[in-house]
Amino acid sequence: MRPPRRLPAAVAALAVLALAGCGGADDPSSGADTDTVRGTVTVFAAASLTESFGTLGRQFEAAHPGTRVTFNFAGSSALATQITQGAPADVFASAAPGPMRTVTEAGDAAGEPAVFVRNQLVIAVPKENPERVTGLADLIRPGTKVALCAPQVPCGEAAGKALDNSGVRLTPVTLEQDVKGALAKVKLGEVDAALVYRTDVRATPELTAVEFPESAGAVNDYPIVVLTAAGNPAGARAFVAYVRSDAGRAVLTDAGFQPPPVG
Amino acid sequence: MTVAPGTVRRSDAARRRAAAGRLPLALLVPAGLGLLFLVLPLVGLLARAPWTTLPQRLTAPGVLTALRLSVQTATLATLLCLLLGVPLAWLLARVDFPGRRLVRALVTVPLVLPPVVGGVALLLVFGRRGLLGGWLDATFGITLPFSTTGVVVAESFVAMPFLVIAVEGALRGADRRYEEAAATLGAGRWTTFTHVTLPLVAPGVVAGAVLCWARALGEFGATITFAGNYPGRTQTMPLAVYLALETDLQAAVVLSLILLTVSVGILAALRDRWVTGP
Amino acid sequence: MSADRPLLDAHLVADQHAFELDVRLRIAAGEVVALLGPNGAGKTTALRVLAGLHPLTAGHVTVAGVDLDRPDRRLFVPPERRRIGVVFQDHLLFPHLNALDNVAFGPRRHGLDRRAARARAADWLDRVGLDGYARRRPRQLSGGQAQRVALARALAVDPALLLLDEPLAALDARTRLETRTELHRHLTAHRNAALLVTHDPLDALVLADRLVIVEAGRVVQEGDAATVTARPRTDYVAHLVGLNLHRGRGEGHTVRVGAGLALTTADRVTGDAFVAFPPAAVALHAGRPDGSPRNTWPATVVGVQRHGDNLRIQLDGPLGVAADVTPAAAAQLRLVPGQAVWAAVKAAETRAYPAGGGPGPG
Repeated sequence: MRPPRRLPAAVAALAVLALAGCGGADDPSSGADTDTVRGTVTVFAAASLTESFGTLGRQFEAAHPGTRVTFNFAGSSALATQITQGAPADVFASAAPGPMRTVTEAGDAAGEPAVFVRNQLVIAVPKENPERVTGLADLIRPGTKVALCAPQVPCGEAAGKALDNSGVRLTPVTLEQDVKGALAKVKLGEVDAALVYRTDVRATPELTAVEFPESAGAVNDYPIVVLTAAGNPAGARAFVAYVRSDAGRAVLTDAGFQPPPVG
Repeated sequence: MTVAPGTVRRSDAARRRAAAGRLPLALLVPAGLGLLFLVLPLVGLLARAPWTTLPQRLTAPGVLTALRLSVQTATLATLLCLLLGVPLAWLLARVDFPGRRLVRALVTVPLVLPPVVGGVALLLVFGRRGLLGGWLDATFGITLPFSTTGVVVAESFVAMPFLVIAVEGALRGADRRYEEAAATLGAGRWTTFTHVTLPLVAPGVVAGAVLCWARALGEFGATITFAGNYPGRTQTMPLAVYLALETDLQAAVVLSLILLTVSVGILAALRDRWVTGP
Repeated sequence: MSADRPLLDAHLVADQHAFELDVRLRIAAGEVVALLGPNGAGKTTALRVLAGLHPLTAGHVTVAGVDLDRPDRRLFVPPERRRIGVVFQDHLLFPHLNALDNVAFGPRRHGLDRRAARARAADWLDRVGLDGYARRRPRQLSGGQAQRVALARALAVDPALLLLDEPLAALDARTRLETRTELHRHLTAHRNAALLVTHDPLDALVLADRLVIVEAGRVVQEGDAATVTARPRTDYVAHLVGLNLHRGRGEGHTVRVGAGLALTTADRVTGDAFVAFPPAAVALHAGRPDGSPRNTWPATVVGVQRHGDNLRIQLDGPLGVAADVTPAAAAQLRLVPGQAVWAAVKAAETRAYPAGGGPGPG
């Protein structure tokens, strides 16, 4: 993450602190608990949230003295498996509805998951875009190598949808296990392009994002929920509220996420 | 005096029991725990296996393809390791050259390197922009990443140390006087190596090859990093298992069981055939 | 065969662990020479340099007029190109090959095809009396059988020089006797030269035409069996052939052997000389024998061992000797360590001979 991007986030955080100091946050679920939030909050979050949740965690700790946020970042599916197998977590933030469904169906979610951001697919290419890629159609040129995520993981599912919408019949050279794998292949120059999330490209200085219209139909929703097994339910609720607050949203949009659909 | 056969058997059994009673408990207890530790995860897989839907899952598209690819690439990787690893083991065991200790340490690098890092390292050498990759492509038209050959290369890289270490140990343990005897009978160095040394260390070579094959079969990190994941071309069973784990735990369990059954079956068959010691 | 052109002409100089090996060897065609010496004397090193398994540091190895190792001319022929066969102590049959293929191994390497090599191997197995054992693996053979296969394997390539390294040492007493007889038959039939390395004097005496005795890397004595056994020149050889040996100055029929003791001898000798006599010639008495042989001296018993039907008594005193006495005599004299006795040797049972005129100790 580039340092200049932190500035607006910090400003937003200060604003939240000021509001909290005035004695009332606008979110109904957080304000009441402000005084009682203590202890450690354990958050299982999708790998694509690593940078932005790290920032949010520090801000949350500053806003609630006496709290500590610890993270477990991994692929959403792996996290869902860990949670349903009894891992001690307070909050689960998934990069797609699928893994969240696994958790809710197992009865491990306390309440309804809420979508807090959405992520959009882009074409990741090297900084200078040597292949002059402007859209999906450029990816099927002979000799152009493309990495996709495997259809079993959220970014691969989204890519499949986008390609179906576009009618472009693309044969990738590899179906990567996660976004980071696809990104690494572009970074190392082994492929010319990869379909990944906009946030991932923004966090990778060597790459640049080429937007394409078909991605609009394959936007990925990120749900978040407090878990039934939470050892610190008050802290968990407060963290979720913080993520969904204006301050939280500011950090996330700054990382390239889109705000959730209104409603 | 004649003794009924039954009596003999009983006394033998009693003797065996007496012998077993003398075995030190200090060894038996940790031995039993060790076995339990190794076998329990397998029990976990068996317990969670969806036995009723097993037939459909076995015939699900892609399963047999991944299995065939796994067995093929692991076998090819083992052959490559034999071709390169046995001479390397010979060099380490028999030739006293400066820096031998360092070379021996280097051979074990793939053991300590996280396989994903190994995969990246392979890309940095054989990749499109790698040290040799560009030249290989331009000169011979060979591109390793995202190809089945790439899978073999990744598996060989990770599995070779097992072979080299086993064969080197066998060579060090072999009685070199047999080689001298061969020389006095007119055998040159190469003939001695192929006709005397290799047969003498054959059990070590087979053991090393088995370890090597097993390691190659289970290889995941270096393979997905170097060769990527594409069904039918580079998606081996471990990759299929990992991706199945993303969506369907039961499918992953089934795939793991298939891999286990096939590998244990092949190894057991080989063991009966080749590794029957005296 | 002409004596001035031996089949093997060698001057072996090589580094050993504790000392340098420096041995000259000449073996004529049809001759069997035993290289005899205590453990660590350099026998095995000598065999290894001859076979080419170990290089010389100086000297030469020449077989049938062909130089095989000459450090001064930087010439070295590797073992596989020497016409030298070796029978190793513990036979070293290849464990992965059966008896027939073990014997066929050499002929195969010498250019015969598989069929011809096996035919020759079968012939050799027949000659050593093992025609029914062709399919046996080495571990299915007894020690004696394995050693005979090893002999057949070495002879199947028709070596100009056959080296045998303690070929009977690993065998039990009974097998040893049979195998020794068998070996004798084949060595006699062998037209070329053979060198037998052994520490067992019996093997050497039975199998060899000539003995070369090495100690600490040097030849201390050589000659035919009769000469060596009659006139040992070192304690080692004397011990091997079961004689007491002492060195002193000969003055006619007397040899002064130090500490003021002079032994009267039947032989006449002057100057540096050896005097030898068997332990059975030493008589022991409780007190000084009177009216008796002149060769008497006081001694102390330091050791008692069984020796055949008799007891062998080790004595200390002006002359350290071994004496053989009957158990009855030993009981009567109370021969236990520490006991003082008088020893006596009849002049007629001694042999005296000059110490010079041949390779001597030091």
